[in-house]
Amino acid sequence: MLKVENARIVFHPGTVNETEALRGISLHLAPGEFVTVIGGNGAGKSTLLNCVSGAYFLTSGKILIDGQDVTNVPEFKRAKYLGRVFQDPMMGTAGNMWIEENLALAFRRGQKRGLKWGITNEEREMFREQLAQFDLGLEGRLSTKVKLLSGGQRQALTLLMATLVKPKLLLLDEHTAALDPKTAKKVLELSEQIIERDHLTTLMVTHNMRDAIKYGNRLIMLHNGEIAVDVSGEEKKNLTVESLIEKFSEASGSDEVSDKLAL
Amino acid sequence: MLNEILGAVALGLMWTLMTYGVYISYRVLDVADLTVEGSITMGAAISAAGIVAGIPPLVTLLFSVLGGMTAGMVTGILHTTLKIPALLSSILTMIALWSVNLHIMGKANVSLLKQPTVFDALLKLHLPKNLAVICIALLFVAGAFLILYWFFGTEIGCAIRATGNNERMARAQGINTDRMKILGLVIGNGFVALAGGLIAQSQSFADIQMGTGSIVIGLASLIIGEVLFGKKTFFNSLISLCLGSITYRVIIMLVLKLGMPANDLKLFTAITVALALALPTIKAKVNAKKTAKGGVTNA
Repeated sequence: MLKVENARIVFHPGTVNETEALRGISLHLAPGEFVTVIGGNGAGKSTLLNCVSGAYFLTSGKILIDGQDVTNVPEFKRAKYLGRVFQDPMMGTAGNMWIEENLALAFRRGQKRGLKWGITNEEREMFREQLAQFDLGLEGRLSTKVKLLSGGQRQALTLLMATLVKPKLLLLDEHTAALDPKTAKKVLELSEQIIERDHLTTLMVTHNMRDAIKYGNRLIMLHNGEIAVDVSGEEKKNLTVESLIEKFSEASGSDEVSDKLAL
Repeated sequence: MLNEILGAVALGLMWTLMTYGVYISYRVLDVADLTVEGSITMGAAISAAGIVAGIPPLVTLLFSVLGGMTAGMVTGILHTTLKIPALLSSILTMIALWSVNLHIMGKANVSLLKQPTVFDALLKLHLPKNLAVICIALLFVAGAFLILYWFFGTEIGCAIRATGNNERMARAQGINTDRMKILGLVIGNGFVALAGGLIAQSQSFADIQMGTGSIVIGLASLIIGEVLFGKKTFFNSLISLCLGSITYRVIIMLVLKLGMPANDLKLFTAITVALALALPTIKAKVNAKKTAKGGVTNA
């Protein structure tokens, strides 16, 4: 479903700040695969997701989504293949617009927008039903401005928006990092439910090793812009934090797994 | 006095169209668009030059709108395609329009005395000038109101609003944000130029200077409207903008009557707008101080 081939990206080339954030990453995701991505600060996790979503363009290499070469396709055109949830709860929704307006915007992702009404009554009903399944009490508040919601509610809404039209690929970029532990757990479980229900191919970046091990059916660990560890299947199921750290040290040839990672 | 109030209302109604334009850039797109200073004059210049050339007054207004839209498009392209910061893009267009407007008029001002205007139909019925302007302007404002209310409820209208509110989110939903910004500026400046054309016809002249400071008047009307008459819904906002424009004109009329020299008008308006814009910050600071003090007493 997703093919990243030898992806390289260099920021600020030719200046003292030149950094190679991705150093030739190749990654193939089969349909329905749920991959968690982990790595320390500056390992390239978010950069990888931003390259797939089109926020950044690769310096060299290729990106294919469902067989389509999107390497040079602008972000807004790629959006039709993608569902995205960001780290910042403010980022995924339009705060000054109503809940139903946000959902209606998401419902038109990948379609041509014209002079028809921005939202119809049937859609309102459908949104109400979908929100009711989330059990957050939002189904009765369709005409509430999104900025009045809590961070957790906003992330749940963004998750619904990302999956309202079934995406070819779901990108979750540390989407629970800004939430309190209890809410984070709830949003993660909700994510897993939807991913399993719709068999979504998913890339989930997290900085939490336990979450990376617990969720998904494949785990990759990035280090200095390269893939250091890639486990799936039975091996992934039997992973523990300790065995993951060991694998990482082996692969990267360094013992300095940051304490942050082990948290 | 009554006649002066009617004059202020008439002016306020025509300027409502300008305020709508400013609202689209400043509130919906979240961009301070100075193009309007040039496009309001452009609307006046096109309409005046058109009438002098024998084009029916109503048709000249159509050309005014098209002129304003083009100006908005230039700013939009400078900003999005060429990546020049929005404020600077609009200043560039505004400056360029000065020359363009002089070319359109052929001189610094064009008189429309004894020329036909859109107000003639009512003036022939022996309606006082101010009442005639109010009636016609009201028709235009009502039309603008309906168009805006409809348009910003459509798929494209919602996409423009989303772009102004959260660009990254808009792109993630597949919205071509550059195109939406251009479109917003095009529509906004279309309304502004329409206001310019109407104003020129009502005052019987177009002048190269008439746009100077108009953005501040637009902002003043917008803020007065929102503060006094609310902005709960889009419907509410559109009404408030109209009432705000009228209130601004009545206030100006009153302070002039109370003896403020006309030369100080722009200073007065600028200070009013600066205060209104600073109000949230001042409030927050005062509140923070109160809380800090409260904290000390509690401890």
